Amino acid sequence: MANDPEEKQPPASPKEEPSAVKPPAAASEPASKPPTAPAAAAAKPPAVAAPPRPPAPPKEGPVPLDNDLVKRYKERFGDAIREAWIDRKQAILVVARERLMEIATYSRDDEKFDWLSDLTAVDWPKREQRFDIVLNMYSLERNERLRLKVYASADQRVPSVQGVWATANWEEREVYDMFGVVFEGHPDLKRILLPDEWQGHPLRKDYDILTQDTAWVRENLGIESGQ
Amino acid sequence: MQTLINFVISIWVQLVCALVIVAVLPLVAGYIVLMERKVMADMQARLGPMRVGPHGLLQPIADAVKLLLKEDIIPDEADKGIFWIAPLISVTAGMLAMSALAIGPWFQIADLNVGLLFVVGIGALGIFGIVLGGWSSNSHYSLLGALRSAAQLVSYETAAGLAIVGALLLAGTLSTREIIETQEDYGVWFVFAAPVGFFIYVVASIAETNRAPFDLPEAESELVAGYMTEYSGFRWALYFLAEYTNMVVVASIATTLFLGGWLRPFAGTTAFNFLDGFPSLLMLVVAGYCFYRAPKQPVKIQKMFLVVVAGLFILVAAIFAAPLMAPAGSLVASAKPGLHGAFWFLLKVGLYLYLFMWLRFTFPRYRFDQLMRLGWQFLIPLSIVNVMGIGLALVLHRQLGWSHWTAFPLTTILTLVVAGMLASAGAKKDKEHAVVGEEA
Amino acid sequence: MAEQRIPFATHAETTVLGADEIVLNMGPQHPSTHGVLRVKLRLDGEKVIGSECVIGYLHRGVEKIAEHRTYTQFAPYVDRMDYVAAVSNGLGYCEAVEKLLGAEAPLRARVIRTILTELQRIASHLFWLGTHALDIGALTPLFYCLREREEILKIFEKYCGARLTTHAFRIGGLQYEAYDEFEKDVERFCKPFDTRVNEYESLLTSNRIWVGRTKGIGILTAKEAIDYAASGPVIRASGVKWDIRKAMPYAAYDLYKFEIPTGKNGDTYDRYIVRMEEMRQSRLICLQAIENIPTGPIMGKVGKVLKPPPGEVYHAIEAPKGELGYYIVSDGTTQPYRVRIRPPSLINLEAFDKMIRGHLVADVVAIIGTLDIVLGEVDR
Repeated sequence: MANDPEEKQPPASPKEEPSAVKPPAAASEPASKPPTAPAAAAAKPPAVAAPPRPPAPPKEGPVPLDNDLVKRYKERFGDAIREAWIDRKQAILVVARERLMEIATYSRDDEKFDWLSDLTAVDWPKREQRFDIVLNMYSLERNERLRLKVYASADQRVPSVQGVWATANWEEREVYDMFGVVFEGHPDLKRILLPDEWQGHPLRKDYDILTQDTAWVRENLGIESGQ
Repeated sequence: MQTLINFVISIWVQLVCALVIVAVLPLVAGYIVLMERKVMADMQARLGPMRVGPHGLLQPIADAVKLLLKEDIIPDEADKGIFWIAPLISVTAGMLAMSALAIGPWFQIADLNVGLLFVVGIGALGIFGIVLGGWSSNSHYSLLGALRSAAQLVSYETAAGLAIVGALLLAGTLSTREIIETQEDYGVWFVFAAPVGFFIYVVASIAETNRAPFDLPEAESELVAGYMTEYSGFRWALYFLAEYTNMVVVASIATTLFLGGWLRPFAGTTAFNFLDGFPSLLMLVVAGYCFYRAPKQPVKIQKMFLVVVAGLFILVAAIFAAPLMAPAGSLVASAKPGLHGAFWFLLKVGLYLYLFMWLRFTFPRYRFDQLMRLGWQFLIPLSIVNVMGIGLALVLHRQLGWSHWTAFPLTTILTLVVAGMLASAGAKKDKEHAVVGEEA
Repeated sequence: MAEQRIPFATHAETTVLGADEIVLNMGPQHPSTHGVLRVKLRLDGEKVIGSECVIGYLHRGVEKIAEHRTYTQFAPYVDRMDYVAAVSNGLGYCEAVEKLLGAEAPLRARVIRTILTELQRIASHLFWLGTHALDIGALTPLFYCLREREEILKIFEKYCGARLTTHAFRIGGLQYEAYDEFEKDVERFCKPFDTRVNEYESLLTSNRIWVGRTKGIGILTAKEAIDYAASGPVIRASGVKWDIRKAMPYAAYDLYKFEIPTGKNGDTYDRYIVRMEEMRQSRLICLQAIENIPTGPIMGKVGKVLKPPPGEVYHAIEAPKGELGYYIVSDGTTQPYRVRIRPPSLINLEAFDKMIRGHLVADVVAIIGTLDIVLGEVDR
């Protein structure tokens, strides 16, 4: 679809097969962190007569990071900062779950990340600590973004940061609703998007909508679902 | 038996008038609703009802039929007796109030010598219908709406009453017929002598009839429909009818008191007798417009419709012109006061209603506490000052012999100054209470 | 797993008509809650002393669906979230995936994207103005605003065939070239638009009743706004001069000059003024952009099959409602591993409880209106 012939293609259309992925160095948006874009594998030289071949995957992705910001965090919290890397020009810190409140408070007050963009979770079921709790923070003063990550397993509780940023209240409820992560210290942790009596947590990778459907049909209609 | 027949014969005019009101007023109210929808559409850059009948002219009939055929739903826990009777009280009050009003010199059911008091008093009985309707519906929304409505009506009734008192000082009588005759004698409508009173009455009458910008009790977006929420079908139509009847009553009172009733502008001055031709002229202009638009219609039947309408208007113009053309003293000529009087009265009522509609579609709604503050802290003091001002003017004019060209304008200016002071005091208070409506 | 359930009101409180406090339930079917939003209000007479928003009536599981679609297949789904401003949603998503891929749309595509997004911002604000004024009781501005919005929707229809859920952009650029009279149409819309906005302002801005209904209502101080992560006109009206189009420019916004309107008090009136001014500024951006749309390709060099390298990205744009963020995690396959959409309406709605306390019931609709929420985005 992306490569359908256009009606008004300007005359100087690129000759090479449009299947190479450009290296990220040319991206125009201002980097929030000093760009340490890894060198991408060069696109395969265009074979003039050969049909387009899929490019080799360039070595993009997370790269370890150690700049001033990370140094400050490590100085202050030492081991609690487990990992730090940069991915697509965005800095990510993986921190210890137990000290999340401290780190959050420090981020808000000292590093001036006073605006919490987003609090969400990602499920990696094959990992021992399956949930990634992700906090995207933004500093209005410095115009910078920073991402904090916390790993938690299904039965571990994560400290609630709604005392630090009031907006986290509903976002944590949604994470609880969709993933089943319990936030400790949350004043009113109940489901937000789904009805209160819903069973299961939909955004987990092992939640299959068909299971829900067959269970409902079995319960309410007394037959086996045909799906 | 014979006395009964004699009695009926002696009041046959009043009986006919009463019959006209009971039978025709609902139809007229329906067409006022259609007029409102057309005016609303015009102000909103669209057309309004166009489908039912040519240009939507049969819309009220379709609505009435639909409402009659609707299922009669009564909430389970509603108080059925009161639920049934509440709309009737509203409608009865409204129609009864029409009985003392003089729509033309010949059209009046009861020429009471306390006519105006009767009208205002009976009109106020309509509040019972609203409160009982809200109470009997057994729902939070309805009750809130009904109580708000009642509070609003009572507050603005006071201001309206005082404005009326101001005009009554000038008239010296409560009988509706005599008020108009007094205006004829003076040669000036009372609106010019007491313009502030007229303004107060306009604002108060909008609030009286629950019209925007004072229609919070009926606001769709807030309480669904307030006291009318649980009413459907014909019961709701009765409430609606009551509201529009009230509008007509209130417009009639204003016309009677302030706008000279059935008097032509400059009724006393013979130099302006050419204005007698205005009714016919207006009809001819409308007919001319219909003729002008007829060829532009796409379909033949629409063309024919407009031509027929134009013809009807010409007929009406001829009817208006006939008393003027006929020799003086003949039967036809003696129809002039009745016919032309009715025309002028209805024209003024129509303009007053158009003003209501214009205001409804221009202004947002007042919140309830702001509404009450406006009524109690601005209008009532202003109307008291107005009464005092008119009294002062009358004293200056009658006792001290000042010319009415100096006395009345002077007191009007003084009243306006006080109004300005009240308004600015209110604005200052608004700023203080800007954050929260503390006096909920 | 302990569930702390604190019921808002007992059954008795909701049904028995007490004398002290009533619990009033607005919605989910209500003429003014802008969708299926349920608001439970605890009232003391007419004053609101507590509230709770119940959402989720329009939850469609968009984030779960994303995990089972390819990147291109998911693009039409994002239009359906904020269905009033579909083009912005599409822009955010396409740019986020482009960041993930490391690709970039060519300049011509970015400029046309900017024009369409700004037109969409005007359309969204017009719709907001019409419905907000209608809730407060002004019946006429709605029709005037819709009349203007109709022109914009006609442009969208000519461009991509759809008025509302446009799917106007593709990952890597645009599919459709700007049609022949695109510049002329946009200019024909933008030129008289300033007078139109003046028309709306003449009906409302200095109208005493309007000012009385909106000034001092729903105040959100700057500190509260930051704490509640309000964004868009809500936070700008509270005095924080922040707009992602200026702070972290995307598309072609760094090429154009425009102002960022801010308010002072953070009340409903200020939000109204900010959005009116934003409409004017959007018009200026469009006029600047159509003067000089660069020629060139409209599609960047992305493959037919999109397989971004593993990793994640968070990309935010300034949608008409606020900061619309996309957090996309890729595991190297053709389907995203996780798509998280940060809905500005939901985050702004969280501040509702703070804004409504102490006000009267009649202000509830004013405040819901001023937050400019779209339930499709709140619930996804």
